[in-house]
Amino acid sequence: MNLILVTFIILLAFTSYYFGRKKALVIQSSQRLTALPKFYGYYLAAWCAAPALIIFVLWSVFEPSIVKTFILQDYTDQNLTKNELQLIYTKVKALAVGTYTGNITNFLDESANKYIQLKGIANSAKVAIILAILIFSLSFAYRSVQKNNRMREPVEIFLKWVLFVASLGAVLVTIGIIFSLLFEAIRFFQAVKIFDFIFGTHWYPAKTFVRDGQPDPELMKDAFGAVPLFAGTFFIAFIAMCVAIPIGLLSGIYLSEYAGRGVRKYAKPIIEILAGIPTVVYGFFAALTVGPFVKEIGNAMGLEVSSESALAAGAVMGVMIIPFISSLSDDVITAVPQNLRDGSYAMGATKSETVKKVIFPAALPGIVGSILLAVSRAVGETMIVVMASGLAANLTMNPLESTSTITAQIVVILIGDQQFGDPKTQSAFALGISLFIVTLFLNVIALSVVKRYREKYE
Amino acid sequence: MSKIKAENVNVYYGSKQALFDVSIDIAEKEVTALIGPSGCGKSTFLRCLNRMNDVIEICRVEGSIKMDNLELNSRKLDVVRLREKVGMVFQKPNPFPKTIYENVAYGPTIHGIAQSKEEMDQIVETSLKKAALWNEVKDRLDEIGTGLSGGQQQRLCIARAISVSPEVILMDEPCSALDPIATAQIEELIDDLKKEVTIVIVTHSMSQAARVSQKTGFFHLGKLIEFGPTDKIFKNPDNQQTQDYITGRFG
Repeated sequence: MNLILVTFIILLAFTSYYFGRKKALVIQSSQRLTALPKFYGYYLAAWCAAPALIIFVLWSVFEPSIVKTFILQDYTDQNLTKNELQLIYTKVKALAVGTYTGNITNFLDESANKYIQLKGIANSAKVAIILAILIFSLSFAYRSVQKNNRMREPVEIFLKWVLFVASLGAVLVTIGIIFSLLFEAIRFFQAVKIFDFIFGTHWYPAKTFVRDGQPDPELMKDAFGAVPLFAGTFFIAFIAMCVAIPIGLLSGIYLSEYAGRGVRKYAKPIIEILAGIPTVVYGFFAALTVGPFVKEIGNAMGLEVSSESALAAGAVMGVMIIPFISSLSDDVITAVPQNLRDGSYAMGATKSETVKKVIFPAALPGIVGSILLAVSRAVGETMIVVMASGLAANLTMNPLESTSTITAQIVVILIGDQQFGDPKTQSAFALGISLFIVTLFLNVIALSVVKRYREKYE
Repeated sequence: MSKIKAENVNVYYGSKQALFDVSIDIAEKEVTALIGPSGCGKSTFLRCLNRMNDVIEICRVEGSIKMDNLELNSRKLDVVRLREKVGMVFQKPNPFPKTIYENVAYGPTIHGIAQSKEEMDQIVETSLKKAALWNEVKDRLDEIGTGLSGGQQQRLCIARAISVSPEVILMDEPCSALDPIATAQIEELIDDLKKEVTIVIVTHSMSQAARVSQKTGFFHLGKLIEFGPTDKIFKNPDNQQTQDYITGRFG
């Protein structure tokens, strides 16, 4: 029903575009148009689709809760809690569509009939109102077209609002995500002290598990210390940057300053392919190839190496990040004005002196920005660490031992059995929001650094 | 006395020829101006004199350019040494995004000219004085060079160029991005500098060529049409095309 209605509105909008345009061509024969003919079409189509669709959306949003209020009115005298009312309403709905399997009381049956009736009325009313609006707005718009009113401005305003609504949607979704993270995290911090979370050195949520009732507060105190996770996250990110910064930066400099056009043409896309490899592929590459390889080498040298090591995960993550750094630094180095290079060469500087003393310092803010973006990527990377760095949260600075990261722990917490309202589950939100704050912070710094760099040359 | 002697210089960008058989004698401690309409090859020729065309991948230079009997257009030439002797000032002021001091100290550092900090300070001071910039910047040598005004930036670039005591300075339309007052300052500077160095200047402004130069070369469509004393070129040119250009009939 809804689908038919929406399809009808959209088809009608297309048709009215056609008619609007045609009408404009007719007007053209007698007087000068106020805009190109297609604007007449857009105008009519916008007036056709926008009001009807807005009403349709609003209706669809509010109808269920209005119907619910009507149904539950009959139950107000029973002094039921909110949850019980919700249960009754679910039962009524199920009964109405015929999927209810419990006991059917008279009262329930009555409500279900009322529900069906209300739904029927609501549907007919919706169709009627939307048709009325279509007729009204179309006739209004068509009269405006007939009068050859100004067409360009209304269409531009309409487009502006469409764009505004799109960006508003994006912003609202972001805010919604942040708030849902925040609320769950706050609930978590009601069960676990924020101090214990930030400064505790043991992460072992599994031990708080009890079959029924609340877990022991003493246990809670010692189970959710996030220090090992932060340490592991930054440690692995550090190893990754040790791999990615030198290789990425040097290859970026080579590509932008040294490579001939032929080399650049092929080398750059090949490096960028690295960025296109799915992280899960890197993950099993790290777990199945690099991890055992590191262990073997370590054992041969008489070192104790676990098969899931921070080194393996960090090294592979570094490889993943190389194209980020090389591509971004290539871009910022290329953006350094040619006349600075000329100035340096004309003083008799060699290529390497020019790179070291003029180009690199000039591009440094941009390079720092690209490195910070890469760090925030490394901190948020999940798949590689889940597969290759181990899941036990060891507090260690030994790259040959296994360690765990924030992202990996979130995965561990949220796969398998979990209960909502359990501190163990909620801890994922606390971890999530800490990770969000860290990456947000890095991104803000990175962007402001890059921006300052831009201002210098434009 | 001849400082630079170019013979039959041909320059190609890919398959397109930009200069045709240019032969010119540039005299020592004089200002030689190269004039001509846009795209006539005067900048291309200038860039042959310190091998800046090397930077352009598709550029090819043929012919002989000798400076004090040293062949410049040779694979064996040490380009770094050449550019120490032949400095260059560009159309758009291009100080490095470093401090004023570092900008001037750049050349002496890479060529290892100064042995001590005091010597370097001395070089920086002398160069800035010669570039008539010392009084304006002596109290803020550690400020970024790109923060100066356009004319000051260009004088900073001149200071940078003379910091390594070059024998020749090439100037590629050094005043085209400057206002008249800054232009006058630069022209005055050129007049001072020619006591010690040979200057080759490319300019769009014929009045500037007439004011600052002793010899003038007129380029048109990649050819050196006429070359001679500035007075003669401006007052009594041999060639009709030169006459037309000077009097503003084309270009």
